[in-house]
Amino acid sequence: MWSKNVLYAAFSLLLTFLGIAALYVLAGADFLAITQILVYVGGILILLIFGVMLTNQAGNKQNTKNDIFTESTNRILGFLVAVAVFSGLFYTFARARFMDIQTVLFENIEPVATTKTIGIQLMTNFVLPFEASGILLMATLIGAAYLSKKM
Amino acid sequence: MDNSFLSYYLITSALLFSIGLAVVVTKRNVIVVLMGIELMLNAVNLNLVAFSKNDPNLQGQMFALFVIVVAVCESVVALAIILKAYEYFKTVNLDEISEVKEM
Repeated sequence: MWSKNVLYAAFSLLLTFLGIAALYVLAGADFLAITQILVYVGGILILLIFGVMLTNQAGNKQNTKNDIFTESTNRILGFLVAVAVFSGLFYTFARARFMDIQTVLFENIEPVATTKTIGIQLMTNFVLPFEASGILLMATLIGAAYLSKKM
Repeated sequence: MDNSFLSYYLITSALLFSIGLAVVVTKRNVIVVLMGIELMLNAVNLNLVAFSKNDPNLQGQMFALFVIVVAVCESVVALAIILKAYEYFKTVNLDEISEVKEM
């Protein structure tokens, strides 16, 4: 993601999302992989590219430089912060022995289709977050429509 | 299947999170910052999925599903705000958008 062009960044983000979906499949989460492809690749990325297009209209800007090229500020400092966070996380993961915990807590199960389990869980144990996310989606619709109307 | 896959998932998600953080901190385009936030949310999802692999109740995957829903909502509202701010400021550079007042 160090490219200067916003559109190139969006395309590499597409590749990243597809790779994450493949990792979901490898971890036995087939429903979530399909959801990832549908929502991220089909929804959010289209939305981002749409935003790139809408914010690059020629003619209605004072300065002549192209907005599709983004510059970085505080590059050294931000890189240092990211490296520090990564090394902290790496140290934690190296020390924590999650593998033994997984082995002790759960017996290995073969990956099966998770769609039925997810549906049952959504309607039994997770019905409150399910309804809350429905309300959140409706609030998002109303909020986006309100924000994008001409004032 | 053994559990040796887990550390690779953790390292991958840590890497994704760090890259997303670096993008959010350094880049000055609002849309690129939004992409960085999506990257960080994806890293968290990857951790949740990796930990819930052997869970027969799939609680981590349920949580990842709700994280995806919230990420979508956040992205939509943020993009609406970005378009509105672009209409007003005529730029998407974060350094030049420095005042908040009645539009």
